[in-house]
Amino acid sequence: MFKRADEDARRPVTIHVEGIAVEAREGDSVSAALLASGLDVRRTTAVSGARRLPYCMMGVCFDCLVTIDGVGSRQGCLVPVTEGMQIEIQKGKREIGR
Amino acid sequence: MIGDYDVAIVGGGLLGSAIAWGLGRLGQSVAVLDEGDIAKRASRANFALVWVQSKGLGMPAYTGWTVRASKAWPTLNAELKEQTGLDVALQQNGGFHLTLGEVEYAQRTELVARMHNQVGAADYRMEMLTAAEVKKMLPLIGPEVSGGSFCPFDGHVNSLRTFRAFHTAMKQLGVDYFPEQPVSSIAREGGEFRLATARGEIRAAKVVLAAGNANQTLAPMVGLSAPMGPTRGQIVVTERTMPFLPHPLTTIRQTDEGTVMIGDSKEDELDDRVLNQPINAVMADRALRMFPHLARLNVVRSWSGIRVMPRDGFPVYDQSETHPGAFVACCHSGVTLASNHAFDIAGMIARGALESELVGAFSARRFDGDATPNGSGYY
Repeated sequence: MFKRADEDARRPVTIHVEGIAVEAREGDSVSAALLASGLDVRRTTAVSGARRLPYCMMGVCFDCLVTIDGVGSRQGCLVPVTEGMQIEIQKGKREIGR
Repeated sequence: MIGDYDVAIVGGGLLGSAIAWGLGRLGQSVAVLDEGDIAKRASRANFALVWVQSKGLGMPAYTGWTVRASKAWPTLNAELKEQTGLDVALQQNGGFHLTLGEVEYAQRTELVARMHNQVGAADYRMEMLTAAEVKKMLPLIGPEVSGGSFCPFDGHVNSLRTFRAFHTAMKQLGVDYFPEQPVSSIAREGGEFRLATARGEIRAAKVVLAAGNANQTLAPMVGLSAPMGPTRGQIVVTERTMPFLPHPLTTIRQTDEGTVMIGDSKEDELDDRVLNQPINAVMADRALRMFPHLARLNVVRSWSGIRVMPRDGFPVYDQSETHPGAFVACCHSGVTLASNHAFDIAGMIARGALESELVGAFSARRFDGDATPNGSGYY
């Protein structure tokens, strides 16, 4: 999978993915941090339930949809990580009111 | 292109394809002449309700025709599924019209009373419910909801899949479908109808005009009339969400795949390439006041579409007196009435006569000599 470059000296930022502490780097997008985490971060789609990972990483494809701090269907590739951020992998359709 | 058919149908939308399928079931040879994919098509721009409540004010026969369609929909659903394998997601567990504030509640209560007092209308058990009663059935309503009317016959369907199912099924029954061939003229010669298109001519013993608002132009070619008064409607569409709305509303429904559709505008503007954003804002605001949880959902698109609308809002079914064998059919509610078109109207056309006790009230002769105002047929 993904491996961080040895010369990447950015400050570490801790986020929580499904309750598991994950070390990201300052400036990572949520999607980049999830891909680098080594965890199974595949969401499932709203209708067919197909498993998907972030794809375009530039805000176009919407395959990176994820629940961030309790708000569903955020585009993870467009949101920078912050200390203590709570990430949930979205399974199927978004819940109403989240 | 030359063909001889029992029936030629002008228009391949929900109405034309329902009649074509119904005729195919009866063993008739049928040609459907249609426009192409870019046609302004109410079959692809509708709210997909199978709806009874509040229809027929001013014409009790329309109430009965609508109740009949609602009751026939399960049979249509089952037949389409068996033949094509497509599930059109029919849900008929009753529907609501919600009101915001006391004035709207009083207005709706008065409308329900007027509908009940109509002589000769079928009883379809439309009743007013208080906000507390509504909340038992729709737990997520907001505090501004004052109540609403409920009708147990109301429901909805996946109308795009219904459209596809009719086309799939009619072709399986041997119906010939000719897209990109709008009809420019119709003549009756030697006991048959000749329909001219840019690619040639179709000949048939009978012709059915099912071309939506274009019926207004086509009908006089065969001694019929179809006065139309189309309106535009706008819809706001959200991303898919977990099921939260167990009953459809006149203004909000959740599709079988989770999308929320919001909208009920009626506009005189007939350009469907533009949107009136203030109207979208009002519709979205009212939806949020009815269901505050909608606030976080993303809107993924909005669109406008042109309603097929006979001038007074009620359907038109006629056979020509000067050109026997030529029929016209137009209505606003092509989804709700699809079952009647597939079973009743197709049967009448196959037999060569409309049944006056079922559809006599819908003759366009009602427009003769008076200036019937534009209406919508529902409230």
